[in-house]
This record gives sequence, structure tokens and C-alpha cells, in this order.
Amino acid sequence: MIGWKHGDLLELSDLSKEDIERVIETAKAFKEVSMRDIKKVPALRGKTVVMLFSEPSTRTRISFELAAKRLSADTLNVTVSASSLQKGETLLDMAKNIEAMNVDMIIVRHKSAGVPQILARELKPGVINAGDGCRSHPTQALLDLFTIQERLGRIDGLKVGIIGDVLHSRVARSNIYGLIKMGAKVTLCGPSTLIPPEIERQGVDVTYKLNEVVADADVLMCLRLQKERQEEKYLPSIREYVNAFGLTKEKLKQAKPDVLIMHPGPVNRGIELSAELADGVNSVILEQVTNGVAVRMAILYLLFGKKEKAS
Amino acid sequence: MLTLIEKAIIVNSKGISKEPQDVLIDKGVIVKIGKISNPDAKVIEANEHYLLPGFIDLHCHLREPGQEHKETLETGIHSAAKGGFTSVVCMPNTNPVIDHAKIVEGILKEVKRIGLIHVFPAGAITRGQKGEELSDMLELKAAGCIALSDDGKSVQNSQLMRYALEYAKMAEILLMEHCEDATISKGMMNEGYYSTLLGLKGIPDIAETIIVARDIELARYLKTRIHFSHISSRRSVELIREAKAQGLQVTAEACPHHFSLTEKAVQGFDTNTKVNPPLRSREDVEAIKLALKDGTLDAISTDHAPHAQEEKELEFDAAPVGMIGFETALGLAVRELVEPKHITWSTLAEKMSSMPAKILGLDHKGEIAEGKDADLVLVDPKKEWIFTKEQIVSKSKNSPFIGEKLKGSIVFTMCNGKIVYQA
Amino acid sequence: MTNSSKMMDQETVRRALMRLAHEILEKNKGIEEICLVGIRTGGAVLAKRLQQCIKDIEGVEVPLGILDITLYRDDLTTAHTQPILRETLIPFDLTGQKVILVDDVLFTGRTIRAALDALIDFGRPANIQLAVLIDRGHRELPIRADYVGKNIPTSIDDDVCVILKEANHNEDEVIVKKRGAQ
Repeated sequence: MIGWKHGDLLELSDLSKEDIERVIETAKAFKEVSMRDIKKVPALRGKTVVMLFSEPSTRTRISFELAAKRLSADTLNVTVSASSLQKGETLLDMAKNIEAMNVDMIIVRHKSAGVPQILARELKPGVINAGDGCRSHPTQALLDLFTIQERLGRIDGLKVGIIGDVLHSRVARSNIYGLIKMGAKVTLCGPSTLIPPEIERQGVDVTYKLNEVVADADVLMCLRLQKERQEEKYLPSIREYVNAFGLTKEKLKQAKPDVLIMHPGPVNRGIELSAELADGVNSVILEQVTNGVAVRMAILYLLFGKKEKAS
Repeated sequence: MLTLIEKAIIVNSKGISKEPQDVLIDKGVIVKIGKISNPDAKVIEANEHYLLPGFIDLHCHLREPGQEHKETLETGIHSAAKGGFTSVVCMPNTNPVIDHAKIVEGILKEVKRIGLIHVFPAGAITRGQKGEELSDMLELKAAGCIALSDDGKSVQNSQLMRYALEYAKMAEILLMEHCEDATISKGMMNEGYYSTLLGLKGIPDIAETIIVARDIELARYLKTRIHFSHISSRRSVELIREAKAQGLQVTAEACPHHFSLTEKAVQGFDTNTKVNPPLRSREDVEAIKLALKDGTLDAISTDHAPHAQEEKELEFDAAPVGMIGFETALGLAVRELVEPKHITWSTLAEKMSSMPAKILGLDHKGEIAEGKDADLVLVDPKKEWIFTKEQIVSKSKNSPFIGEKLKGSIVFTMCNGKIVYQA
Repeated sequence: MTNSSKMMDQETVRRALMRLAHEILEKNKGIEEICLVGIRTGGAVLAKRLQQCIKDIEGVEVPLGILDITLYRDDLTTAHTQPILRETLIPFDLTGQKVILVDDVLFTGRTIRAALDALIDFGRPANIQLAVLIDRGHRELPIRADYVGKNIPTSIDDDVCVILKEANHNEDEVIVKKRGAQ
């Protein structure tokens, strides 16, 4: 296996196929650590990890915090206002202040696409993108890939359907890259107003008919639908969305019996997925959450290995 | 006091002189061109570099009054002079908006104090640029406005735009339209493959073309003229080409960044690539170049739009639109258009000087000829140079071209027969 | 230029391991509450062989675990190339057990220090004993082995290579490579 050369994780497309395999392999080891009685290893003792979040995201933040703590790093939560203009302090000012306190890694979640890039360009510590705008959510895609690999033993050759609001989904964007890179065939399905332009150029198929995706998929990945999309006129009504694109037990009858149902959370029960399916045997939604910690431990471990070498 | 420019290759829109010529200037006017020797004249050696008519910018932002932290009339004028511009039209989106004679007078007074180059304010089409009621166009014209524009936005209401065109026709003042249908343009960059990739909300080209098409229909119906600012898309070019073929009184301009960069430049999230209209696709860039060549687009304007460092050092979503343009306009035009032989030096003189002069009705400008104003720029056509942040004289440094190699370097800029910038 | 000499072959490795198995059984008076934990990767292979040796003698398979000490290393973020992390597999409770920790080469003792920290995180063994195939000296920590296959005096910058069949080699070998020797 070749060496790991990344000090930042800004978007999934920075990683090669070998890199992704390495993350999955490493995450496997960390999943074992998470199963132990004492779930803590001293690997990152003395390191400081700052979580810079401009959007409320309890799940991702907790997952990263747990991952860092299980590696013995110290963690610090910083909530930044959505627009740095409000305080008259630029985002960069804020980040440079944090850098000046000698932190080792910055995990950033921001509603504006590109913020992790801007920080990585200007700052010494490593930067991990925990979701930027509608653009990228690399650790979510990695944990999804890990979950698929663990459950189905492969990714290559699988048929994956991604269903819902692709236009506003950073999860979808990162997964499209990762799944295709690992050899899966990806079909997108959602209302035409929520499918981004020229997405086919990334090597995916698009359909507006849910039954076409459901019929031969090995994995069905549902995306969260923000209820505001109706107010923004993308959709006639939530009711119509549920009828056309919501997954129910009834619609799943024509699917492969062991199809995996995934969702990045939090699930709008009864919209993207019926409650029955969310809790059903095909659902791996909670496993995704478990694997999220292992994957984030793997990323921290790998990135730290690189950063120190550089200095 | 006489000035004699010796041994210059004269570049006009009609052609380029085969032999070096001498140009004699008296009281700000070109009095003679040819082989001249005059012992009373102060001699300026041109070393067989290219002498062009001073550039005329149809579209820039000088920010004063109200936003002097971005640019002042003084810094803007120095920046323009350094870029070879001897006349510029400054847009009315200042604070307060240029919609009142007193504001125009204030600007012109300050411009006169500074001297150097000609600044022609554009007044607002609608009061406060709010798109609700017409500004006092006759008064604005009398105060010195050379044109009207609601730059930054279009007049959204078609009825009001109709009245604006009719009234401007009577007032004999040019309307310049910033083409953007606001109901469909809420975005950060061009809509397409890259906006999808970057997760940034897209601005489709139809946001521009819908207004271009509407205004062409209005101009046709009202039998009047209209000028389109900073055209960025292939489809707009097609509409304008068709309108011109039908004999409509339509003129249009494009900016260097719209023929030098594609939307791909946004990939690094450099906020200096955030402009309105946005950087478009390769296809659009090629269409703009072709339209400059075939005359569909009449002029090259800068849309010089300074913003302070702290304003641009923000998230891409939050950063304001615009980039500075005076000091890179020639270098980019030569690199992108003249060097690859898209257009000749003469066509460049046409796009940057003679056509803007015609559009504005500046009869004494835009050509190097006896009797014309001595607004001139001397260019070393072969010289390549690196555009660095340190050499920028504009108050703001928001350019995506910093660090790039440009071609064609300005030796001096002369306005009214006086040197206003010297390299 | 390196100059290498073969210190053990297939047969001597086999005999050494068999002797270690006997010593372990003798010292612990049988197999009661004994378990083997090998350190990845060489130690894990040797632990598996010791398990077989003990089975050959006693007819019983003692529990076997594999330990990856990477996360406990003291040079983790300064190492030149980052080691690839593998799973730790200890499918039994260590508490109250006599743990025989197995490694291929005992050198500075730092790996064993890391392994001890890791083992303690898995439970509270009754005691921990150390079995190694090679002890090459140059300890940097107060650690010694309870069972040694072979003592090989080395210079500090020699390389000791334990080559085992399980890692796709024709036969077992222990080689010392002299560095800087002509």
C-alpha cells in the first residue's frame, strides 16, 4: 500500500481510490477500538483539535468529538456566526486567532461552500471539511462507503440509487465521486427541479421514476429533504414529494430483498422514508452512525501522521 | 506650448502607420501629423512604439461619494491613467446614488480639482436605482451626465423601462442597461457543470438574455437606441447580432475578464473571481471573442469594481461582486485577442477608443488625427510583464490576475496634451 | 555495502519455539489460565506457532490474540512513514489470565512498553510474561524477556530480519545485516 500524503481533507475528490481503500482499512481497525471496554487509545495524546461550526449539527459534531477523544486528543468547540460579517470580524481573522493558540487540527463546518479551502490555504494546522454549503461532505461519504463495503463486501459493480434533493446535497456530491471512484454505478432520482444541471457529466444516470431505481439497486441512499424547499417553490407540495419520491414498504416490494437503505440523518420520517423502513431490516442508518466515529478516527489518525512529517 | 511626439507608429481604428510619424500638439489638440521638426516644441521620443488614441472606458466604478474605503476619485483616476485611459464613464451606484444634479456637480468639481483625465458620470435611470420611478433625466443631463444606467441591476419593470427609453430619447441621453432578470439570477457563479461541482448556486445565462431580448424588443418598438453593458454570454451575443442585422440602434460592450477567464477559475474559491455577470463557460468566452472580432460587440469596457481587502476576504457567498480592471485591460486584451491574432491592433484601438467615443458622442476623441484632442497612449507592444499586487495604484487590490504574465506595456498616457502617467 | 549473516534457519527456529513452549508450560505448571498474545506482524505469526507447539505437547489449544500496538507507539506522529493500522483481535477476556506476550525481536523495549499499555486497556491480567524469538540487546527501557529463543549480540545499527514462511517465504530465516561494514 502506498503512503498517505494528505494533511487536509477538503473534499473527497482529493483522495485517490487507494487513499479511500486505506481509510476503509484503517476505519476497520478503529471500529474494533470502539467496541472495546476502554475505548480510548493514546495515539493523539497532547494534540488539540478545534471544531469550528457555523451550522448547528449535533450529529456530525458529536461524531468528530468522540473520534478525537477516543484518540486522546483534546477538543474544543467554537461556534461561529453564519456570516462573519455580523461581528465585523472576518472568518479568516477568527481562524487565525485560533491558529495563534497553537492548535493542531481544525474541523470546519460552514454554510458557505469553499470555506475549508480558504482556511487550508491560509492556515498551518490541518483542516478537515465537516460539510461546506451544498458542496462537499467527505467524511459522510467515507462512512457510507465503509458501511457498504462492510455490509456487502465490495463496492465495485454495485448499483446505487441516490434519491431526493441532490441539488442542495453535499452528501450526494461527495458520494457520487466516491461511489464512481470505487466502481459503483450511480443513478440519481428526484424531482427535476432538485437535480443539478449537467450532473450527468460526472458519470451518473438520472431518472425521475422512483420504481426504475428501486428495481435493481443494491443500495438506496435517501437524502434529507429540507422542508423549506417547498417555500422556495422547488416543489408543489411535500405531499406530492412523498407520493412520488418517498420510500415506503409498498414501493420497496419490487426491490432486491437484501437492498441496503441508507440515510445521512436526521431522517424526516414519513417523507424520505417511512418509519417502518427506517427501522426495518434493510436499514443501516444506525450502523452508519456507528461507523462514522470509526471513519473519523481513521481520518484524524491518517492526517496527523502526515502533518507532523511536514513540520 | 508645443509638444512633439517623435517617431511613433500610429495605431487608429482605420489602420496602422507603415512608417514612424511625428505628432505635434498645441493646447491639448493634435495640430499636425507627419515628418515634423519644430525647434520650439518640447520633444517626446516615442522610439517607434505604438501610439493609440487614449482609451475610453464605458463602464467603471469610482466609488466616490460614499465608499471611499474602496476607491476615491483620485485613486481611481490614477489607476485609470496607468491603464492608458483618458476618459472614463463612472457608474451611479455610489452612496448616495448619482440621481441628482448636486451629486453630479460634486463629482465633477472633484474631478476638475484632480485634473489628469476626463471623468463622465452616468446618472441613475431610476431614482435611487430602486426601479420604481424615473430619475430627473433632463436635470442630470444638464448637470453633466453623459449616460444613464441602473448598473448593478436591470430596470425590472418593463413598463418603467419603456418610459425610461422614451424619455431618454427625448432627453437625447444614452441608456446603458445592466442586463439581469433579478427573479432568476440569485446565485454565486455561472450555472452549469462547475456550479454543480462546487455546490454554488448558479446564475443561468438566461438571466442576462431575457433582459437583452426584452430591451431589443423595446428598442425596436420605440425606434430608439440602447447600449448593453458587460455582455457575458453566447446567446446574448446572438440576439445582439440579429438586432444589428435588422438595423436596430443597439450597441454593446464586453469586459476583459469575460474573454480571459472561464467559470473554471472559481474552483479555488478565490473571491476575486466573483463578478456579476459571472465568469461563463468556454463556449461563452469564445463567442465574446468572436463578437468583438465581427463587430457585434462594439467596445471593451473594464467594469473596474474595487472592493477593500476585508470585504473580499470572506466566504464566497458573502463576498461582494466585482474586480478591478483599469490596469490589466490592455495587457489582457493584447494577450487574449491581439497576440492570438483574433483582432488587429487597429481593431483594439476601435474597441477601446473610437467606438466608445462614438457611442458617447465624443466627436473630438477616439482617433489620432489633426484637430482631435491630444488624448493619447503610447504602448510598447512587445513587452511582457508580470502583474503584481505591489504595482497596483487603485486603492483596492481585488484582481484574480495578480501574478499573471500580460503583454503590451504602457509607456505613457497623455490627456489634453499633458503626460498624466509615465512608466 | 551491507554484509549479512544467517543466524538461524528453518530447523533452529522450529527447535527454539518448541523449547520456548516447554519452558512456558514448565514455568506456569501447565496450561491453566494461559493465553498467547502476539504483536503484529511477526509476533502474531510466532504466537500462532507457539499455540500449535503447546497443542502438540498438551493436546489443548490455548486462547490466541493478535495485538496491533501502532496506536500506543511513542513515535507515532514523528515516525518517517506512518504504519498501516490493522485490527487488534483479542476475542477473550484478559482479566485474571496469565498473558504470554510474543514478539519476534526484542530490541529497545519500546514496542513492548507500548504493548503493555495496550494490554492493560483490555483488562487486568494476573501477570504478563514476555516470549521473544531473538533478543538482540540495546535496551532503552527496563524490560527483559522471560523466554528467549536465541540471544544475538548486535551492533546498534545492525538490522535483524526475522523472515517467516507465513509471509510468503520459502523457509524461515533469521539474518543480521551489518550496516556500514565493508
